[in-house]
Amino acid sequence: MDLLELFKYGFIQHAVLAALLMSVACGITGTYIVSRRMVFISGGITHASFGGVGIGYFLGFPPLAGAAVVAVLAALTTENLTRRKVLRNDSIIAILWSLGMAIGIIFVYLTPGYAPNLMSFLFGSIITVTSTDLWLMLALALTVSAVFILFYKPILYVAFDEQFARIRGIPVMFINYLLIILVALTIVLSIRTAGIILVLSVLTIPQNITNLFTNRFSHIMIGSVVLGFFASLLGLILSYYLDIPSGATIIFTLVLLYLVARLIKVVIFGR
Amino acid sequence: MNAPLVSIKNVDFAYQKQLVLSDVSLSIFERDFIGIIGPNGGGKTTLVKAILGLLKPQKGSVEHSLEKSEIGYLPQGNQVDENFPITVKEVIASGLEHGLKIEFRKTKGRQRKVEMALERVGMDALRSRPIGELSGGEFQRTMLARAIISSPKLLVLDEPDTHVDNQFETELYSLLKELNEQMTILLISHDIGIISPYIKTIACVNRDLHYHTSNEISEEQLKVYNCPIEIITHGTVPHRVIKEHIHR
Ligand SMILES: Nc1ncnc2c1ncn2[C@@H]1O[C@H](COP(=O)(O)OP(=O)(O)O)[C@@H](O)[C@H]1O
Ligand SMILES: [Mg+2]
Repeated sequence: MDLLELFKYGFIQHAVLAALLMSVACGITGTYIVSRRMVFISGGITHASFGGVGIGYFLGFPPLAGAAVVAVLAALTTENLTRRKVLRNDSIIAILWSLGMAIGIIFVYLTPGYAPNLMSFLFGSIITVTSTDLWLMLALALTVSAVFILFYKPILYVAFDEQFARIRGIPVMFINYLLIILVALTIVLSIRTAGIILVLSVLTIPQNITNLFTNRFSHIMIGSVVLGFFASLLGLILSYYLDIPSGATIIFTLVLLYLVARLIKVVIFGR
Repeated sequence: MNAPLVSIKNVDFAYQKQLVLSDVSLSIFERDFIGIIGPNGGGKTTLVKAILGLLKPQKGSVEHSLEKSEIGYLPQGNQVDENFPITVKEVIASGLEHGLKIEFRKTKGRQRKVEMALERVGMDALRSRPIGELSGGEFQRTMLARAIISSPKLLVLDEPDTHVDNQFETELYSLLKELNEQMTILLISHDIGIISPYIKTIACVNRDLHYHTSNEISEEQLKVYNCPIEIITHGTVPHRVIKEHIHR
């Protein structure tokens, strides 16, 4: 079957749209995450959200909604406890990370019968996204874009030097909390497509590829959106023809692209 | 005499239990140029952060007769990530930001100020460079431009002379001396010998603060002030901090 015919399938069209929306949200928030060295925090939020998936299964509401609530709570807790220096930041993250996973496992176990789609929450399933998923992802992508367009400068300044931003009268706490909530929501909606185990790479690899060639925040953001989408499409097509899981193939594609980019950089720029 | 710009009264500050500042008082007046010296961990950075309102003292008071936005600040090097993806121009422009404003157009006035600041610190050619690709001196120039772009009434500099070469050091201090004609300056430095000709008074900070109303200080006085710093003698006279200095 040729490529054009492939894109006539409804589920493939959905997958392509999902890839686009995920790339927009992850390209933008991922740049913030990578620049501020918040990758580990993001890992904590991602894994903690599994607790919400489990609770969702058990109580019979959409697991993704449960994940969203728990992810936002985990994000706010991490930010708050870190600010108040209650515990070391990395310890807080580790505790929430494993606590969320533990809650998820217990509730999935307690849920009678087999938990359907459990694997798709762990590893993502871009080819089964529904139109509801797509609407949610569209809303997120638009929100993230709007926030970063409206507040680009304050976000950049707070991320670079929080204390200086405070002296300049920028509402640092508002920006910090707003952004950590956006990070949590981005993660949750990407879980649908990339899965809990794999989502971190969508938030970091495109940024690091772009960062090889540019050191400007805005360029990394735009480059990551484009690269993320390209890699997702490529991964999607490969996974279809090779008949292997889509999420994992997309990650593999991203890592391959990173290696190719490094090679290109060495060949062209000599370092 | 005019009312002080900043008046610090009997301030105690502790991060955890141990006091980092104990019963510190200091009044900062217009046109002051105070050199803050003291050993590593003596509390210099903590003191200026209390002045900037970034830290709240547990005891005592810090009162300002100026707005926060009228303060320019160059933080100690370890405060920011030197590999953060941001350009020289963006860093400098951030010194003009005020509150949470939504603007898309670049105003002429803003751009002109950025141009002037770039020129003032000699960074016009490197305006589009990401800060990760700057030398230590170029980085500090950028941070200085960010601090002075808003023409602050009070300029606070926390070790602007770390990781910079001698040439920039000299340029920096003569620029500060020039700026001192319009603004009050608070300068933390680890090298009293170098800054001595430029500053007007000295504050020795080592948990407590001793104010010294001259720009010269001897090792004996430092001992009395409980301020054990290593003196780098730039003159030939032993035990004297400075040899040649500018009389006012
Ligand atoms: N954020 C912090 N949390 C806990 N202790 C701190 C913090 N910042 C500084 N300290 C401690 O406070 C003391 C004074 O530090 P600082 O004001 O940075 O000194 P200086 O600038 O004179 O080198 C040091 O003992 C330092 O370890
Ligand atoms: Mg210090």
